[in-house]
Amino acid sequence: MTFKLKTLAAAAALALSAAGPVQAQISGNVVKIGVLNDQTALYADLGGQGSVIAAKMAVEDFKAKEKGLNVEVIFADHQNKPDVGTQIANKWIDSDGVDVIVDVPTSSVALAVNEVVRGKHKVFINSGAASSDLTGSKCSPNTVHWTYDTWMLANGTGKAIVQTGGKTWFFITADYAFGHALERDTTEVVKKMGGSVLGGVKVPLQTQDFSSFLLQAQSSKAQIIGLANAGGDTINSIKQAAEFGITKGGQNLAGLLVFLSDIHGIGLDKAQGLILTETFYWDLNDQTRAWSKRFAAANGGKYPTMVQAGVYAGVLHYLKAVAAIKSDDGDKVVAEMKKLPTDDPLFGKGTIREDGRKIHNAYLFEVKKPSESKGPYDYYKLRATIPAAEAFRPLKDGGCSLVK
Amino acid sequence: MNTQALFGQLLIGLINGSFYALLSLGLAVIFGLLNIINFTHGAQYMIGAFVAYFLLNKAGLGYWWALVITPFAVGALGVIIERTMLSRLYKLDHLYGLLLTFGLALIFEGAFHHEFGSAGLPYSMPESLQGVQNLGFMYLPNYRAWVIVASLAICITTWFVIERTKLGAYLRAATENPSLVQAFGVNVPRMITLTYGAGVGLAALAGVFAAPIYQVSPLMGSSLIIVVFAVVVIGGMGSIMGSILTGFGLGIIEGLTKYFYPQASSTVIFVIMAIVLMIRPQGLFGQR
Repeated sequence: MTFKLKTLAAAAALALSAAGPVQAQISGNVVKIGVLNDQTALYADLGGQGSVIAAKMAVEDFKAKEKGLNVEVIFADHQNKPDVGTQIANKWIDSDGVDVIVDVPTSSVALAVNEVVRGKHKVFINSGAASSDLTGSKCSPNTVHWTYDTWMLANGTGKAIVQTGGKTWFFITADYAFGHALERDTTEVVKKMGGSVLGGVKVPLQTQDFSSFLLQAQSSKAQIIGLANAGGDTINSIKQAAEFGITKGGQNLAGLLVFLSDIHGIGLDKAQGLILTETFYWDLNDQTRAWSKRFAAANGGKYPTMVQAGVYAGVLHYLKAVAAIKSDDGDKVVAEMKKLPTDDPLFGKGTIREDGRKIHNAYLFEVKKPSESKGPYDYYKLRATIPAAEAFRPLKDGGCSLVK
Repeated sequence: MNTQALFGQLLIGLINGSFYALLSLGLAVIFGLLNIINFTHGAQYMIGAFVAYFLLNKAGLGYWWALVITPFAVGALGVIIERTMLSRLYKLDHLYGLLLTFGLALIFEGAFHHEFGSAGLPYSMPESLQGVQNLGFMYLPNYRAWVIVASLAICITTWFVIERTKLGAYLRAATENPSLVQAFGVNVPRMITLTYGAGVGLAALAGVFAAPIYQVSPLMGSSLIIVVFAVVVIGGMGSIMGSILTGFGLGIIEGLTKYFYPQASSTVIFVIMAIVLMIRPQGLFGQR
């Protein structure tokens, strides 16, 4: 009797493992994707619910169900606070069975989540944060930095502006990891090209009134006022700079990180002529247009930012890697993601380097004049394409310990 | 240091101070006369800015119309809130009013956020107030100059009405001893309702003033209201003149901090609040 029971159990176990080769290595039989970002404050429009929609679209387009993969997308608000982000990441991984954390704008939170995910051997696909340290001094075998970073922004926008004669700079910098990294990387570019930095001011995150800082920038007499901030902070600084007649006095603004949603909030009359660098714009080609229309329909008419596009592409590539190795083991999946060449409708073909940096083209855009725009979200004209090989920091310069 | 830059910072401090003063004034009026800590104030300020936006974009009514219509429209909303909800709480501890208004603020902000996102909507400046004046040491946008003047005028008028007129005397008496004033034939509940409406109207007016400068965004109130509460606490809860003077004063101190040590500019007011609470818990101008 006991012998029979044992063989029966063994047979059942064998049958189970044979029945589902894909599920066999998937923890809890479900691939759980956690979108962690700012849902309510100054970065909510560039990521927020839009990123959740993008992740869900990726699952849909991957046809996960048909491939026998059970995928679930959840989300949470990290409130731009590293402690809140850390706590959610820990809880997600320890008790909710989350396999991959995506998006995570706000570099300070991203750097914290980077450490949590590294320690627990899961996967972190960052789209929203900018700090180039994520693939530099803080690089991790479990992290892929998808969309953009501060080095890329500095070499896109910063370089273009110095080339057109903006030699002296003054920085208005968001006072946390992201702003500091962006100022550092841009300063390097400016100095390398023979320019100089006359000064700067570090401003608390989510400041309403920039007039005082703009005034300091004005009295510095620098040709270029570099805005090393993002989201709502950039919107407020650009609007108020117009009010104080900064450009009339002969100084120019350089928005070092500007998203499509920011331009929408500022309005073309005040934003026209701004030069900015992004890695995705909805109106690049037929594929990006088709995807963006679908996205906008699901997102209350709001067009995607590059961060949301990056969430889509990152999740898609992650699922490809999971399906290829039939496992959601964090270390193995990231290794597979780096091995597989990337290919998606939004960023085209690309690769992920050993330091975790995703490599693709970047684009230098200029914001259109109101007369050139055909309507909402028709905001950019392409000035230059920065080829993938030049867009990101060379592998050897990052100081990443994974690079031998 | 550079004296030019210093003057510039002082002036900018004064501009921000005029917002603090206008908002803390409404809070002080409501607290002084109703004993309600109106946590919805920031949301009402935000709604004021949104009403101005809608008036312009849906009804084609510009800035000047918004200045007149918005305080009444949002004030009416305040009256409804007071009649249907707040009036039930007067007999209870302050804490209940605080919880109710805080909850309302979250609901308003959440609803607007759901509908309009966080990046905010642009509201353009009226043409007659565009342009800048070159003061030698700085460029002063005409609009900001207008905000200082208008806000000062409103603050002084409000103070005058409450402290120096018969209506104000009734109001003050009604808060001291409502049943006695009612015995004299004054309709105290109606007076209280209208006072709340007026306080809310002031918040909405500040919202209209702010719309062309900041983004019209659901969060504009929540980032300001904490500072404004600190201003009211420093000035002395319920003191009208206290809140006006403290509003302008703290605006200037904040402006100076932005010059000398910008990293601390978002915390300096709370440091002052902590010091004031330790040395003079009733606030600089408070009597109670």
